[in-house]
Amino acid sequence: MTMNSVGRPTAPNAAANGAEGFASLTGARGLLQDEPLLFELGGWDKTGVDFDAPDHDASDLGDLVRAAPIGLAGLSEPETMRHYVRLSQKNHAIDLALYPLGSCTMKHNPRLNEKMARLAGFADLHPLQPVSTTQGALELIDRLAHWLKTLTGMPAVAMTPKAGAHGELCGLLCIRAAHEAAGHGHRRRVLVPTSAHGTNPATAAFVGYSVEEIAQTADGRVDLADLEAKLGPDVAAIMVTNPNTCGLFERDVIEIARITHAHGAYFYCDGANFNAIVGKVRPGDLGVDAMHINLHKTFSTPHGGGGPGAGPVVLSAALAPFAPAPWVVHGPDGLTLVEEAKDQAAQAFGRMCAFQGQMGMFVRAYAYMRSHGSDGLRQVAEDAVLNANYIKAMLSAEMTPAFPDGPCMHEALFDDRWLDGTGVSTLDFAKAMIDEGFHPMTMYFPLVVHGAMLIEPTETESKRELDRFCEALLALARAAKAGDAQRFTGAPYLAPLSRLDETLAARKPKLTWRPEHDATPAAE
Amino acid sequence: MRYLPLTPDDRAQMLGVIGAPDIDALFADVPAAARKRELFDLPRRAGELEVERELGLLAARNRPAGSGPFFCGAGAYRHHVPATVDHIIQRSEFLTSYTPYQPEIAQGTLQVLFEFQTQVAALTGMDVANASMYDGSTACAEAVMMSQRVTRREKAILSGGLHPHYAAVTQTIAHAEGMHIVRQAAALDAEAAVIAAIDAETACVVVQTPNVFGVVTDVTRIAEAAHAAGALLIVVTTEAVSFGLLKSPGEMGADIAVAEGQSIGNALNYGGPYIGLFACREKLVRQMPGRLCGETIDAQGRRGYVLTLSTREQHIRREKATSNICTNSGLCALAFTIHLSLLGEVGLRQMAALNHSRARELAAALGGVVEVLTPRFFNEIAVRVPKRAGDASSVVEALLTDGIVAGVPYSRLDPHAGLDDILLLACTETTTSEDIAALSAALKRRLGQ
Repeated sequence: MTMNSVGRPTAPNAAANGAEGFASLTGARGLLQDEPLLFELGGWDKTGVDFDAPDHDASDLGDLVRAAPIGLAGLSEPETMRHYVRLSQKNHAIDLALYPLGSCTMKHNPRLNEKMARLAGFADLHPLQPVSTTQGALELIDRLAHWLKTLTGMPAVAMTPKAGAHGELCGLLCIRAAHEAAGHGHRRRVLVPTSAHGTNPATAAFVGYSVEEIAQTADGRVDLADLEAKLGPDVAAIMVTNPNTCGLFERDVIEIARITHAHGAYFYCDGANFNAIVGKVRPGDLGVDAMHINLHKTFSTPHGGGGPGAGPVVLSAALAPFAPAPWVVHGPDGLTLVEEAKDQAAQAFGRMCAFQGQMGMFVRAYAYMRSHGSDGLRQVAEDAVLNANYIKAMLSAEMTPAFPDGPCMHEALFDDRWLDGTGVSTLDFAKAMIDEGFHPMTMYFPLVVHGAMLIEPTETESKRELDRFCEALLALARAAKAGDAQRFTGAPYLAPLSRLDETLAARKPKLTWRPEHDATPAAE
Repeated sequence: MRYLPLTPDDRAQMLGVIGAPDIDALFADVPAAARKRELFDLPRRAGELEVERELGLLAARNRPAGSGPFFCGAGAYRHHVPATVDHIIQRSEFLTSYTPYQPEIAQGTLQVLFEFQTQVAALTGMDVANASMYDGSTACAEAVMMSQRVTRREKAILSGGLHPHYAAVTQTIAHAEGMHIVRQAAALDAEAAVIAAIDAETACVVVQTPNVFGVVTDVTRIAEAAHAAGALLIVVTTEAVSFGLLKSPGEMGADIAVAEGQSIGNALNYGGPYIGLFACREKLVRQMPGRLCGETIDAQGRRGYVLTLSTREQHIRREKATSNICTNSGLCALAFTIHLSLLGEVGLRQMAALNHSRARELAAALGGVVEVLTPRFFNEIAVRVPKRAGDASSVVEALLTDGIVAGVPYSRLDPHAGLDDILLLACTETTTSEDIAALSAALKRRLGQ
């Protein structure tokens, strides 16, 4: 063995190579630490924040004061840092590797956006301080609205919805209000393709509409004949995603809009897949009446482990008068907010949330748009579509694309025919991707394709990362076909945990930590 | 463009692999009439420096809350957030991850959500909590709709002390779902009117404490009246720090507790993103909206966490889902949980006590100048400005020229209530004695005292 002058080995021992079967003494796995729950760390009397003593007590509140212990655990600052950094290391993230979730648009989140959203002039602004002190914020909302309207070719936008599904609800409430204003309150049926996102039928049912499915053609599009047959005087709207959830552009979209309008119904478009056409195609030119835009997809605001999102809804001229409060208007003294629709004798249907919506997301999305410009955004759509078609072409060597003919848009859809006879399911295959360092693709969605695998790379992946991804999936596919089923059925092997028992979780829900009978936090 | 890694060479090679002559071939399914050849009428790409300049100029046209004496509350509160919180939430693994649908590689997010749910249940004094909602107002609307699923009744009574935006959102959303919403007239003390309105058709009563006028209410009697009629009591709180000082909704008999959690861990952000807290009694859990994180084990018997009871959710149930919600406020929940871990029981109680102390100081300082209306308050009071001062809005505008943001005129929230002379003022631990003295002196000067 090579050693330096104080006897320290300077090259690895040959015996250290095979880690097979090795277990640490503590259960730790090198840098990856097991981490107890906050409440098991025992900090019932600890705090990581220093406060001055109050000058006045709470004697004025008498028996309204909380006497019993709350049951909160505390940590000092260094302990807090360790706890959450250790937990963070158990997460996959875009910043680690390609995150191919179809219909989710997991693109790079520029850090400039984070920096801008944290400027005191945006982050430290109260929603109800006088509008004369928030002119820059209102200007930003107004500019973002202008970009959204221009990119979609629509005359109006409701900015306040807080997420995609909230935007869908806003759009359908506009449609319902428009029908009621026209004396068409009897229109209570909504047509939704079988391939739609689950939020579409859920939202329609939520506003009291009955939902009927539109059939799909063999090439993955809306069946026009079926749509026409189901349209009628009781139909309020159709809800169609375009590009659709099979990753395909609805070729007949203009005809879909025409016959929908001819039957007196509105065309709601689910804008989840706007990334495929941003800067190139305007939904307004396709006959869309309302469409939500997920700022956390197309416009790069971070997903943050499940939100916050933002889902402004662009509206046609027919629906614009029904948009909810508040909105920004230009007045003699600058910009102002209309917070109470009644004051404007408007037909607004109400209010979607307290205050002005997701301002923090607006700042991020605007920084993203300004960075790209009209030219960069067009390139976004082109590269997103190019990347998806490249993956489709590469993976077709071993996997079966659900719709092999013609190009896809921003996502490539495969079925599970190629797994026939291997004993490996779509779920197994996806879980094995984890061991290769990738997040699984969207699985079993859309429902219209058996064992669906929906892959959306986005435009922020380099060719090198795409190749790495394709090579990994092709190697896995060959392993599955070669009979190496165990690699899949027990996967993942190398993740922080192996597959979790979801049935157990649902049968006996344990949703909060509770002290063991002998260790009540309270008594201490 | 700095965010786009493909080079022209890459693009050419990839088109070759695909077998497409050019990029247009990949857009062949788009009707020709809708394919825009020319660039849209918007500015071209901009470098980081240029974007910083533009947004810096916009930000500079706003007056940050921290730049002088500041007394706005009414559903959003300026608190000090420790630097640790923002540092951790910007870690890639939290910031750039998706909803934890693949639990094997999302235990970080899932364990945080489990801790979050435990903290929210403890704060509200309830058995269970979900993994967060969009904000307090939408959580309130969801709670009202949940009461319909539980009781099979349609009528909801909204107390006159409920934040008007919450009432408007609930009216909009729960009414759309078919409920009958009875919104009572604005009132500082709403208890008697609420109890009088409860009947056998009532699904729920919604009561806020501290209410929009800052009044702290013991809702025990309302709970008893609601339960006697088979209705649920929903307690709303817009200032989550108050849980550190005041009796919890659970202790007072609430069936569902909802709150705006912005005060803990999250900046003002001009109104969003915020974070809705939602908690309830154990027996109601299967009617709860939103995502839930639950404990389980993995194939080797190790403890882990998953999203659970998803049979209530839209991606499984579609049109039969309990709610159409897909997103929660994950990163805001993380900020909330980190801040609350730093505070702990000890720190939260100190912070709440300090907030209350500052408000007592404010009420005492204003007592001789304006009429203080709120009898029992946490950190916010309502005052009536004298007629000679005009209305509350004109007082706020006048004090702005003294560099003071004197609070929220109630009429801003509810212009048709006829309460133009009511001003809402909040204090937090960020308010100093100098701020209060400056406000009091400026008010005296303006009111000619």
